[in-house]
Amino acid sequence: MRLSYSADIKIIQVPCTGRVDILHLLNAIEDGADGVYVAGCLEGECHYIEGNFKARRKVDHVKKILLELKIEPERVEMYNLSSAQGARFAQIANEVAEKIRALGPTPVRTPTVQKPTAP
Amino acid sequence: MIVADRKSLEEILAMVADNKKILILGCKGCVTVCNVGGLKEVEILTSSLKIARKKLGKPLDIDIQVLERQCDNEYVAELSESVNDYDGVISMACGVGPQFLSEMYKTQVFYPAVNTTFFGGATQHGVWEERCAGCGTCGIHMFGGLCPIARCAKSLLHGPCGGSSEGICEVNADTECIWDSIVKKKMEAGQLEDLMGVKGLKDWTTARDGGPRRSIREELVQGKI
Repeated sequence: MRLSYSADIKIIQVPCTGRVDILHLLNAIEDGADGVYVAGCLEGECHYIEGNFKARRKVDHVKKILLELKIEPERVEMYNLSSAQGARFAQIANEVAEKIRALGPTPVRTPTVQKPTAP
Repeated sequence: MIVADRKSLEEILAMVADNKKILILGCKGCVTVCNVGGLKEVEILTSSLKIARKKLGKPLDIDIQVLERQCDNEYVAELSESVNDYDGVISMACGVGPQFLSEMYKTQVFYPAVNTTFFGGATQHGVWEERCAGCGTCGIHMFGGLCPIARCAKSLLHGPCGGSSEGICEVNADTECIWDSIVKKKMEAGQLEDLMGVKGLKDWTTARDGGPRRSIREELVQGKI
């Protein structure tokens, strides 16, 4: 199809999104990723029955952690699409890149400067 | 097992606010089983704290380790070489862990990352319930195997109070009235008569009311077995 999508996306392949761990998502944020999204199979079509549902729960858990850390939870998302939906894949990639760009760089790489306390 | 809940990240971050290098110490005992202080939880806390501190521009250097148990000195001793390499140590064990650590390593600071809640078990994945109050004089056989001390809000020993309604405790709508369950179970077994007798006063000196407790097994102390 030779579809083009945002060059900001780095793809990490896993055999099933059920393999994605909370730590994979957290470590990406920790290492300075502006955002991470998981692209799983369509709901109900997981070859391993519920891998994509497990991934969604993990994404939701990471969102809660980010919220606790006062980082925008939207930096982590889950999408469902089939491997036959190339156009949708490109659309999501552009959508995510756009959304993250609107949020700005991750506060992990651009620390909040703490105001000095008054003497 | 002992059940615990992790403290909020805000609380934990406040504890180590001035530290630059810490150790997060997990435990392979009860807290691993109740998914609060095992290796996975240690790694998640580590990453979360690192993110938070990077965000503040004050990166935190964190090492991790998981002991077999933090409630046994032989395992706590494994830290003897490294414990003073850190500004502080976060223990993810139950309240016993940080105390054993503090007793062995007098100059190090040990922060509790979890709130120890009760003795209980998992009734379903992700849900733990209290089953034992550690009163020191177990008599659950008298109550159909269901403990009214741990599971009745008033620890009543002679039947339900007036706050029992349709099997639910007045204290909390999510709590079953354990006396309702005890009576039903005994009725179904045709053993209701067992509950009719007047029980003697319970000896609470074996419970916390008698102060901190100690269990001594002479044969083990003497090394005979």
